[in-house]
Amino acid sequence: MAEASIDKLYSDEPEFGDFFALLKPRVMSLVVFTAIAGVLAAPGVIHPFVAFVSILFIALGGGASGALNMWYDADIDGVMARTKRRPVPSGKISANEAKDFGLALSALSVVMLGLASNWLAAFLLAFTIFFYVVVYTMWLKRLTPQNIVIGGAAGAFPPIIGWAVVTGNIGFESLLMFALIFVWTPPHFWSLALFMKDDYDNANVPMLTVTNGRRSTRNHIFVYSLALAVVSLAIYFSSLGGPIYFVMAMLLNLKLVFAAFKLWLRSETQCTVDNSILERKFFKFSLIYLFIHFGVIILEAKINIPWPGV
Amino acid sequence: MSFGREHDLHKRRKGRNVGLGLVLIGFVAVIFGLTVVKVTEGEFAEALSGVARGE
Repeated sequence: MAEASIDKLYSDEPEFGDFFALLKPRVMSLVVFTAIAGVLAAPGVIHPFVAFVSILFIALGGGASGALNMWYDADIDGVMARTKRRPVPSGKISANEAKDFGLALSALSVVMLGLASNWLAAFLLAFTIFFYVVVYTMWLKRLTPQNIVIGGAAGAFPPIIGWAVVTGNIGFESLLMFALIFVWTPPHFWSLALFMKDDYDNANVPMLTVTNGRRSTRNHIFVYSLALAVVSLAIYFSSLGGPIYFVMAMLLNLKLVFAAFKLWLRSETQCTVDNSILERKFFKFSLIYLFIHFGVIILEAKINIPWPGV
Repeated sequence: MSFGREHDLHKRRKGRNVGLGLVLIGFVAVIFGLTVVKVTEGEFAEALSGVARGE
């Protein structure tokens, strides 16, 4: 066989990095960070190595659900500009390989988390994978414009799992952290949908921008941002809150609500003229918003400043 | 069939094999570390609480 034909035959063979890309490393970073917050904010102490291994397998479970999502959504990913270079639509990895990889890692991560910490945490991880793959990816994503709202719960589980790793139960505070990510997810992705304009439309995904229109999406972003500010401030009144949290939450929420208000006021003409600059800014800021919130929750858990009224 | 020089295909496969090898070594290290921690876990708890076993 000539070398040129070998080049052609094997040019799409996957590299190690392609399998890593199946795990959605960006999403995994959010999973890791919020799971760490759950572990560190929980009352109680576990061995640091057990904490490390638990977070590693929570991350791996999150990655496994990403691989299964890429298996099932290969048709959608191939149409959308944002996702068409992913390993499955680009032909580097077959859909079946992604499925087998995802299933194997799901089983491994759940069993290892159970052995490393406890079986409640393992069950919660298994449920998270099930929720993301079956409830969100297979069911809601193609069915309803509320896909992001309900599906967002999957991304909100890691702090609950982290909390369960330490305490062996689900605390009220871990539910507040869940609520923060749950309410944060819709405006974050709706702002993305506002500047990715035709992507979801071309892929026939019933995103809010497609089904209800861009005006309605702006309304939804504003209302959810107000709800997010309420959840954020509610955390201050729990044992997770403290003076640093209070100051940071106030500043971040003022900026969030102001930014959402500016998005709400905007016309589509303005958006086209400036190439969706405010929508892009809102999307980036919402990422910073969540990272700072969980960063401060970790900080408060570790320094514990005496503070009246909490 | 053989290639006179290292083909790009070999580089990719080598990268994949090295990556998998490192992951497996890491996994063995995790299992080993976890075993050590689980066996000595009582000692860690005692060290934190400052209470010796049996007291």
